[in-house]
Amino acid sequence: MTVTTITDAELAPKDYASDQEVRWCAGCGDYAILKAVQKALAELGARRERTVFVSGIGCAARFPYYLSTYGFHTIHGRAPTIATGIKLANPELDVWVITGDGDGLSIGGNHMLHVLRRNVDLQILLFNNEIYGLTKGQYSPTSRRGTRSPSTPQGSIENPVSPCAFALGAGGRFVARAVDTQQAEMVALLRRAHAHRGASFVEVFQNCVVFNDGVFDSFTAKDVAPAAQLHVEHGKPLLFGQNKERGLRLKPGTLALEAVPVGEGRAPLDEILVHDETNRTLAQLLVGLEPPEFPVALGVLYCSPANSYEAEVYAQARAAGLGRDAPDLGTLLARDGTWTVE
Amino acid sequence: MATSTPPRTRQARESVVIRFAGDSGDGMQVTGSRFTVEAALAGNDLTTFPDFPAEIRAPAGTTYGVSAFQIHFGGVDVTTPGDAVDVLVAMNPAALKVDLKDLRLGGTIVVDTGAFTERNLTKAGFPANPIEDGSLAPYQVLTIDITRLTAEAVKALGLSTREAHRCRNMWALGLMLWMYGRDRQVTTDWLRRKFADRPELAQANVAALNAGHAFGETAEMSEHLVGYTVPRAPVEPGRYRAVSGTEAIAWGLIAGMRGAGIQRMIFAGYPITPASLLLHTLANLKSHGVITFQAEDEIAAIGAAIGAAYAGALGVTSSSGPGVALKTEMLGLAIATELPIVLVDAQRAGPSTGMPTKAEQSDLFQAVHGRNADAPLAVLAAATASDCFEVAIEAVRIATKYMTPVILLSDAYLAHAAEPWRLPDPAGLPRFPVHFRTDPAGFHPFQRDPVTLARAWAVPGTPELEHRIGGLEKDYETGHISYDPDNHARMTRTRAAKIAGIANDIPPQRPALGDDHGAVAVVGWGSTYGAIHQAVRDAREDGLDVSHLHLRYLNPFPSNLGDLLKRFDRVLVPEMNNGQLLQLLRAAYLVPAEGLSKVEGKPFKVAEIVQAIESTPR
Repeated sequence: MTVTTITDAELAPKDYASDQEVRWCAGCGDYAILKAVQKALAELGARRERTVFVSGIGCAARFPYYLSTYGFHTIHGRAPTIATGIKLANPELDVWVITGDGDGLSIGGNHMLHVLRRNVDLQILLFNNEIYGLTKGQYSPTSRRGTRSPSTPQGSIENPVSPCAFALGAGGRFVARAVDTQQAEMVALLRRAHAHRGASFVEVFQNCVVFNDGVFDSFTAKDVAPAAQLHVEHGKPLLFGQNKERGLRLKPGTLALEAVPVGEGRAPLDEILVHDETNRTLAQLLVGLEPPEFPVALGVLYCSPANSYEAEVYAQARAAGLGRDAPDLGTLLARDGTWTVE
Repeated sequence: MATSTPPRTRQARESVVIRFAGDSGDGMQVTGSRFTVEAALAGNDLTTFPDFPAEIRAPAGTTYGVSAFQIHFGGVDVTTPGDAVDVLVAMNPAALKVDLKDLRLGGTIVVDTGAFTERNLTKAGFPANPIEDGSLAPYQVLTIDITRLTAEAVKALGLSTREAHRCRNMWALGLMLWMYGRDRQVTTDWLRRKFADRPELAQANVAALNAGHAFGETAEMSEHLVGYTVPRAPVEPGRYRAVSGTEAIAWGLIAGMRGAGIQRMIFAGYPITPASLLLHTLANLKSHGVITFQAEDEIAAIGAAIGAAYAGALGVTSSSGPGVALKTEMLGLAIATELPIVLVDAQRAGPSTGMPTKAEQSDLFQAVHGRNADAPLAVLAAATASDCFEVAIEAVRIATKYMTPVILLSDAYLAHAAEPWRLPDPAGLPRFPVHFRTDPAGFHPFQRDPVTLARAWAVPGTPELEHRIGGLEKDYETGHISYDPDNHARMTRTRAAKIAGIANDIPPQRPALGDDHGAVAVVGWGSTYGAIHQAVRDAREDGLDVSHLHLRYLNPFPSNLGDLLKRFDRVLVPEMNNGQLLQLLRAAYLVPAEGLSKVEGKPFKVAEIVQAIESTPR
């Protein structure tokens, strides 16, 4: 194989779009995510020939067809396995995994666990719409209790899984959250995810206009957003609200957070926790916050880099002789003792 | 070494079958393997058959904990582990109980009387001690207190009773090496290497080995303790080694990777008996360009192999029947995306978990047909341990040339069985360099080679060939998603024609033995090769007009197979399943083939096949 090095002219977001017509429902959150990804790729100066998008099955999984990079639309839940194989074969490739709540946490939950645990260098974007869209609206593993759907006419009686809590529990070393409609924040977040070596897990709250419209309104609707969203930043106090007038602090004597008013006559600023994205315990507290008592934490909740899986695989393999002149096949076949018949 | 008696005259034997049988903790596999090496080094042809329980350490002394290793060695062409055992080494009553039925009348039994305690006899289900009650009268019984003699031999080394007890297998090996006049030096060296960290254990094992040997040399116990000579086999000159099917597949895959000019093999597996050995073997061959990956499950393993193939490596995965079932959907993806992977299926008795350590050939239907929709792929089967090498190379050739998954069928027997192998000249191995697409002019991912119908292999990293593939149906002309009915029909037929066309690129079927026409064709595939071959040889010596056809290519079949079968009056298909090749042959060629089914988790005996050849057709 010959790889020609070409100097890319600067590419615009539209240069990352394929010639295929996008076929999501009008108003689907996926459009916004596609736009943010194309913008992030342009800002990153991503080389199309070195970039691979791998998806499973579901509405989100059509994503690769709409990008001008390499793409592999695989089977339900299994994108992390294919992506792992790609990285093992060629660690130089920049590989993104596109999945959804059903694809990544139901049928593919096991693979998600292991790809995070191993820390394969991938960007994993999980579009969470709390519903199975492509199969017409059944409840998903992230659907809240009581969700009425064709398969749960009396409401779901299952407890939902929290994607980011799952990712942290699996040993993920980059865990972040975004909202489909917040373009600027999402582009910045995708760039962070891309810069992280190892598995970067990004949950995107994505509105399904057809089967689950407004499911995230309790924290994404314009009127409530400032008070219901906490945009975390490393080294900055955990403040939220229209004028950052509320903050999070440790409830004295417990391992729990509390949301308090901040300022004169209220909680002093120095009692408010400062975000430390390398602190796993803090991240675990943040992913569990839910309205109405708490805001939803968005941004990079946890980032603590370590060697990627494939880097260690190749380090071991090189130590065992990979990359030096491969030994002669005859030497291999003849080891462990031979005899000669004259 | 002082000998108290003059060397007795040895008797000549053309070939001999020994079975070492004992508790799964008694080290019978090691004992058998060491005897194998010494016999091979002495120039014998041989075949081995390890037979061990699925339980790692079943309760000691029970019949279900018996582990056995059979070796058939001789100065003739040896193709099977042997129908009947000449010498049974029984390290405890349970081993005698389980394995006596395979000993020929008049055969020799070596028993460790030290293990024939009341407790062990009860556990094995003997109401009385068979050594004393006359029930072994049809055999020649050598009763030796191996337990005590071993303890005495290693006494000076201060081992624990347990450690001393564990040297019994070397004592038994020493005696058998004496009995057949085989050397001990290579095993002595091996013991010193194996126990390099515990020199006292090395010394103890060597002492036990030597004591067993000396016992044969000096004992004046009975007319039954006789030494034998077994001549060298008339084999082709060359350099040889002992090889198991697993090793041969591992090396064949590497040779195939080199033949294809591919830099890297990604081998992904999930632990499953009896396929895990291949993962273990390849994990030690990184310097040859192999990266191994123990995946979280069977699906992830084949997923990684497909991802690796997509990225331009040789993607390989391996499993056994139940694991292959889990990989089924992924095989469909590899067929739809037309990516080259090799799946090695070490078949075992089923359905479901079945009998994990016992061989069967019952995944043939699964390999050929076991997927949703019309999903053809290539299926090959290896016949012998050394054949595994060539078949693995051929699997890589077909996968990469035709951009298709290939299933290579082996089984629990081939995975473990060992035989001498004449080393091939690496310079003479097949070369079939792949051509990764680099030219963007007019490219789309499903453009096909007009002859092979294979699509181009365009890998990420190649500028201007960026494209999208997936499980959705693709347009024949553009490679984009298509739900067009005519296009789907065309693509379905094209996928079928691509696989069918492989028949033009493989050797025509030739008899392995006998003429290409006649009264009876015995048609086999896989590890039944040795038994069928010997049976056909025996029947021909009896004057029967019979030929042996052995199929390496099970999908597609060689192009001349139908014509060839029709040139025989009878077609007999022995296989270790309930008639799977039988049905495929009948369906493909409308021939009135007869089946000979064996589903006992054990290989065919030669006599069983001879009997079927000689019987009048139904």
